[in-house]
Amino acid sequence: MVESISIIAGINKNGEPEGFSRIDVIPGEIIGVVGPTGSGKSALIEDIEQLAQKDTVTHRQILINNRIPDPALRYDPKKKLIAQLSQNMNFLADMTVRDFLLLHSKCRGKDPGLIGKVIHHANALTGEPINEDMNLTVLSGGQSRSLMVADVAFISDSPIVLIDEIENAGIKKHEAMRLLSGSGKIILVVTHDPLLALMTQRRIVMKNGGVEKVFMTTREEMNLCTQLNQIDHRLFIIREMVRKGEEVVA
Amino acid sequence: MNLVIVAGTPGAGKTAVLLHAVKCIKEQHINVSIAKIDCLYTEDHLRFQKLGIPTMFGLSKDMCPDHFTIYNLTEMTAFAQENGSDMLIIETAGLCHRCAPYTASSLGVCVIDATTGPNTPLKVGPFLSTANVVAITKGDVISQAEREIFRERIIEMNPGCRIIEANGLTGKGAAELAQCFTEAGEFSYDNDTLRHNAPFSICTLCVGETRISRKHHRGVLRHIDGVQTYRGE
Repeated sequence: MVESISIIAGINKNGEPEGFSRIDVIPGEIIGVVGPTGSGKSALIEDIEQLAQKDTVTHRQILINNRIPDPALRYDPKKKLIAQLSQNMNFLADMTVRDFLLLHSKCRGKDPGLIGKVIHHANALTGEPINEDMNLTVLSGGQSRSLMVADVAFISDSPIVLIDEIENAGIKKHEAMRLLSGSGKIILVVTHDPLLALMTQRRIVMKNGGVEKVFMTTREEMNLCTQLNQIDHRLFIIREMVRKGEEVVA
Repeated sequence: MNLVIVAGTPGAGKTAVLLHAVKCIKEQHINVSIAKIDCLYTEDHLRFQKLGIPTMFGLSKDMCPDHFTIYNLTEMTAFAQENGSDMLIIETAGLCHRCAPYTASSLGVCVIDATTGPNTPLKVGPFLSTANVVAITKGDVISQAEREIFRERIIEMNPGCRIIEANGLTGKGAAELAQCFTEAGEFSYDNDTLRHNAPFSICTLCVGETRISRKHHRGVLRHIDGVQTYRGE
């Protein structure tokens, strides 16, 4: 059981100590990671993914349940506690969707019967249907990303989920977030999207390779988030109209 | 002295990963020398020398680079001894997927590029299957799922190996790799053997024949149907 995950501070790109000493996250919490490009957001996510033990360039340490995790948890996919949706938009493996999902479920020690469910949910996120005989390399950006999201949700299903810039995918980001953030999970989401950032309870602000500060979402921001959601919903409807070649009506 | 032999396909990131690993080794005050073997051209020795590490290089030219490495082990170990080194790292120019330059008492390190696809571990042969340590590079370019499949395929080919996820750009995995280097056993030159026989070909093409017609084929010849014949005197 994962009761907590802790990030112990390391150093930034100049070798100076980071602007925090320790961050503890418990199940059910969603944490945002924000900052300009090159500020070290993805590196922070990577440190967590590989359960860094002061052995990466950032010198950070990751604890699980307040202890140094068993090395097998770092590498053995059958024991892994962490699922990661990285920024990659395309698959490089030259195989069919079916073979890929079967192989991955074998790696993770999961039921091969899951693959129908994965494809079904992937298709709910993208406008262009995926079928299991398609080759991974011919999938469009949106199809690849949807399949990656559904694969992370059901085959890599883990108590800790790391999500890197899901808004870039051209897929339904709210549905994707819902699929990934099942109840009682620890979620870290790297984002430039104000909506996603304000949805979180806390956000980690990155600068120059290090954590600069940790910010609690204010009551005012939460209210703003609700308003932004309405605007976003409206934008979504207009975007769909444009996509379908319709005239946009107010 | 410890001997580390590093092999991998061109462009896999052998040099980039090694540069990070030797920095960690230097921090531990271990005296290390490096020998870089390439085929036609290399500037990599300059990058190691910049770190203040004694480095020699050799170009195998039109000879199989793994044969060349074996024939020059004496020179390379002598170079390391002259520098008073406790460790010699040889970076080879693995090319043909039939190569496995590791000797029994060295530490065999295979560097393999994850972006080459999940079938690559099945294709590359002995330089992967006989390695002690397998460093997977460029994993940051692919999805976590593809990384996990790639890893599984490596374990299928070499169940006993230690897998390290490395990154030549960020230095990820370097400390772990350096740790493996320091755990390498003592190298015994006189009685050591190759773990896997070197690529084998004994024909007139090996000594400069360029005519392709069948009537000129001489030596030990293997046909596409698997039959092997000898033609000659």
